[in-house]
Amino acid sequence: MRIVNRAPNFPRNRHPMIIRPSVDVPSSEITAEAQYLARRAFLARAGGFGAAFAGAALLGGAGCGTREEKTAAAGGAAGRTAQPQADTPNSYEDITSYNNFYEFGTDKSDPKANAGQLRTIPWTVEIDGLVRKPATYAFDDLVKPHAAEERIYRHRCVEGWSMVIPWQGIALRDVIKRLDPLPGARYVQFTTLQDPAQMPGQRRNILNWPYTDALRMDEAMHPLTLLATGLYGKSLPNQNGAPLRLVIPWKYGFKGVKAIVKISFVDRQPATTWNAAAPDEYGFYANVNPEVDHPRWTQSRERRIGEFRRRETLMFNGYAEQVAGLYQGMDLRRNF
Amino acid sequence: MVFVLCLVPFAHLALDWLAELGVLPVWRSSLGAEQIHATQLRTGLWTLRLLAVTLAITPARQLLGLPALGKYRRMLGLFVFFYVVLHVATWTWADANFDAAFMLKEVTKHRYILVGVLGFLLLVPLAITSTKGWIRRLGGARWNRLHRLIYPAAIAGTVHYLWGVKKDTFFPYIYLVVFLALLGYRAARSVRDRTRGTSTGTPRSAGESNLTRRVDRH
Repeated sequence: MRIVNRAPNFPRNRHPMIIRPSVDVPSSEITAEAQYLARRAFLARAGGFGAAFAGAALLGGAGCGTREEKTAAAGGAAGRTAQPQADTPNSYEDITSYNNFYEFGTDKSDPKANAGQLRTIPWTVEIDGLVRKPATYAFDDLVKPHAAEERIYRHRCVEGWSMVIPWQGIALRDVIKRLDPLPGARYVQFTTLQDPAQMPGQRRNILNWPYTDALRMDEAMHPLTLLATGLYGKSLPNQNGAPLRLVIPWKYGFKGVKAIVKISFVDRQPATTWNAAAPDEYGFYANVNPEVDHPRWTQSRERRIGEFRRRETLMFNGYAEQVAGLYQGMDLRRNF
Repeated sequence: MVFVLCLVPFAHLALDWLAELGVLPVWRSSLGAEQIHATQLRTGLWTLRLLAVTLAITPARQLLGLPALGKYRRMLGLFVFFYVVLHVATWTWADANFDAAFMLKEVTKHRYILVGVLGFLLLVPLAITSTKGWIRRLGGARWNRLHRLIYPAAIAGTVHYLWGVKKDTFFPYIYLVVFLALLGYRAARSVRDRTRGTSTGTPRSAGESNLTRRVDRH
């Protein structure tokens, strides 16, 4: 496993979680081209040459990565033995062409094909509910006061596939602190734009539009929870949820509300779109859990996009160290 | 000609995979980021499509008066089997990594996989007994009865598709309607034949062999 950390005394982190200001990484260092090479590494894995060969291929990919990654790759040999399968960011092409964003159609290729007509400038986000500063914020007013960070997160879809995505964004907790919720606010609800003129998928009643989902306040305040505004050093493509989307790396992807136009602070657990559509399939929590299967998909394994065979799914998508405490004492089988 | 047409989806898949593997850089693969799932979806859909074409032959012969179409049925049926084998093989290899215990668990846990495997198993004896030798050995009537398994197999395949889809069930229902129409046609025809007291209402051309005549009730 690659170990990515800046400070030498930073605790050894088994997870690909880079948190740092984005400014020290010139976007030229994170080239999409390099990732095409990484993608081709799946040939080696598909051919069954074994972990050693695949590991070498992934190291080669890391050589084209960021400074931190290079250092980590050079010094992380010991860490890799504990976790045989490495995480390499997926290519820009894969991340932006294989999307679940039903507002633009139900095929994975639909969002890229249909999202071009979405206008993200100007953009406003309505803040309402139990909060001291309810208002409609212009995108810049909401986002600009906070330091942009780069975070490389695993992304696990409930359908059994996964990617590694280098996001840029701001910590949701910083935004929440600034908005100053009232003591009664226990949940934060996020709503996607509803505009069938710009979102052709909304012309069919596939889901109950607008798309909403929510987090418990402590989940929303967790330092891993990100409001993403970009990926691979570029502003967020429309098909990935521009201009503003939620990223909660230990939960299934559908919790990550895209094209957010409203954030509400509420006292009761709000209904969420997928849970309302199929309550036995999609729970409120939707934490990645290899032991709790979806009726349709076995969650113990996943296909990392670009790999041939499936790999084991990690508890909380590999972020158990950071987030397991949030759910202490809860029956995760019931609260799936 | 029909043989070549049936091979087109496979050729497309093969070209895409050669491009994915970097062997054929001039070809642009349309498998997308999740090549395995795309392969499974494509081979599964072609299984169902060719199954529908196979089942459409009898109504086409009868309604359009084209009895000559009957000669394509076996080949089409074998192509159905060819695509379903690719479909199942992709699952066994890429998804289950030939892990029998894992596959068994998958079959028992997920109803869409169970019904899919059932549909596949129903097709196996049909492929095996597709030769002239087997038709002779079983005799036309028994062979016919055995090959009626294609109906439950078609329904199982469609239900497998329907249950496997997350939310947008538009296309699975289209397939289901097509198959139900094809089966409904046969049911209506058989009821009509029985009330008329004839064993078969199929007009046949004089040139047809006994063999085809005995096995044409699909």
